[in-house]
Amino acid sequence: MNRRFSWFNATSLTLGFVFLYLPMIILIIFSFNSSKLVTVWAGFSTKWYGELLGNKAFLDAAWVTLKVAVLSSTLATVLGTMAAYVLVRAGRFAGRTLFSGMIYAPLVMPEVITGLAMLLLFISIGMDRGVSTIVLAHTTFTMCYVSVVVSSRLVTFDKSLEEAALDLGCTPFDAFRSVTLPIIAPAVISGWLLAFTLSLDDLVIASFAAGPSSTTLPMKIFSSVRLGVSPEINALSTLMIGIVTVGVITASLVSKRSIARQRAEEQAAARA
Amino acid sequence: MNLRRLVLIATPYLWLVVFFLVPFVIVFKIALSDYAISIPPYTPTLDLSAGWEGIKSFFGALDFENFTFLASDALYWKAYLSSLQIAAISTVITLLVGYPIAYGMAQASDEWRPTLMMLVILPFWTSFLIRVYSWIGILSNEGFLNQFLLWLGIIDTPLTILNTNAAVYVGIVYTYLPFMVLPIYSALEKLDGSLIEAAEDLGCSRAQAFWLITLPLSKPGVIAGCFLVFIPALGEFVIPSILGGSSTLMIGKVLFEEFFSNRDWPVASAVAVVLLLILIVPIILFQRNEQKQREANQ
Repeated sequence: MNRRFSWFNATSLTLGFVFLYLPMIILIIFSFNSSKLVTVWAGFSTKWYGELLGNKAFLDAAWVTLKVAVLSSTLATVLGTMAAYVLVRAGRFAGRTLFSGMIYAPLVMPEVITGLAMLLLFISIGMDRGVSTIVLAHTTFTMCYVSVVVSSRLVTFDKSLEEAALDLGCTPFDAFRSVTLPIIAPAVISGWLLAFTLSLDDLVIASFAAGPSSTTLPMKIFSSVRLGVSPEINALSTLMIGIVTVGVITASLVSKRSIARQRAEEQAAARA
Repeated sequence: MNLRRLVLIATPYLWLVVFFLVPFVIVFKIALSDYAISIPPYTPTLDLSAGWEGIKSFFGALDFENFTFLASDALYWKAYLSSLQIAAISTVITLLVGYPIAYGMAQASDEWRPTLMMLVILPFWTSFLIRVYSWIGILSNEGFLNQFLLWLGIIDTPLTILNTNAAVYVGIVYTYLPFMVLPIYSALEKLDGSLIEAAEDLGCSRAQAFWLITLPLSKPGVIAGCFLVFIPALGEFVIPSILGGSSTLMIGKVLFEEFFSNRDWPVASAVAVVLLLILIVPIILFQRNEQKQREANQ
């Protein structure tokens, strides 16, 4: 692409990013508003954070959400990495088309349908709904995202490295552990992060899969948001946005460094 | 070796069959059942202990009654049509907003690109629910947008935007914008700059070169972006229920309410089946576009 960065480009980028970030910036600013009125500034205060931390219902929901997210994203990473390996390396087997269909379908499936289907399954096998059913539901839809991320890395890496390990006497499992896994590790980690945030964020599927006793944070936020804007929700949102921003920036710095190191090692190996 | 391979394939395979495929079979089955005041609230239920007779009577009791009900009740087909309309209009708006952003990113210098990329992706990692919620304070009658317009003197009475379809458009455009920008950007990034130079050498103006070269060559990205917005927007539930009003009809919301408020599981399942059938067309078109892209890249 021949590049001449024009005024038009600068304006559209500026307006675009203002549109993307202004609503969240307003939200963050007004979480420090001392007034209960969310659109009138009445001075700086951190009292909504205090009230939030004293609100047991929110804390309980946050704990449930965190538990679900850790369990489901870990399970999803294991299953999704296996699925990616099967898709890219296992060659032909009976029902391969169905398998890849089942990997890609949840990505485009409306959440209401996935949620409804899951709930009807849990009811027909007589499973009590609660944390465990949310974990199962989240694992199923997030493992597909993990396998897409991991398989895109598996496709690009040199298969001969694995074959060399096998020729040198490694068992397939050893070859996977000592050759493949270190190479695809960044993709596995970003797959886990993706699954984790998808699970933290999910409202619809959790609403279907949750029982009356287990409420996740998005469900709690949703029910209070329906009553309108509240400064407590603003404070909670600010905390969540802050955590995600720090997490994403750290992750991208770490992966940038590991890519740079990998490149340096490859260059050193080529020179030797 | 073969046992390992079997375990490797069977574990994710069985998981998806049990937790993804079987649930859909159940949805289809319940869509063909009748509503009943019992637990679970539908008949018939498959009674395997009755043997062959049980299976026969089970299949005999299934019918398409719920689907004829959906077709006869105006609420449902209006909800499908209005979902299609809302999804289509917001896809077009997202394209108009997203293309200049993607184009600007592609024109930016190499040092800036990773930062711009990160700025587009970052909102995607923050909670969807919170991003939708952030618009309530902006769009409401006493919200920031109305205050701003009143201050500018453009309007003298606040506009009603929240709880209308307009707010739903804003919500969809806002939350799905990264899905539109990224595929268009990746198409523009691959574009060979010498083509545009050649066009300009041959007498094209910058605008003509954009219209004749850049736009057609970015078409695959545009198509991918449009599907990535249209498909999830069609079944959207969160945005219409937070930003939309009581007159906003979207099928995702109807399904949710049919299930949780009316507790009519067979009708909710039939609504889901029809939505799936509607979605098959754009999903197949999207897959074809992706396939063509992959072949073109090889």
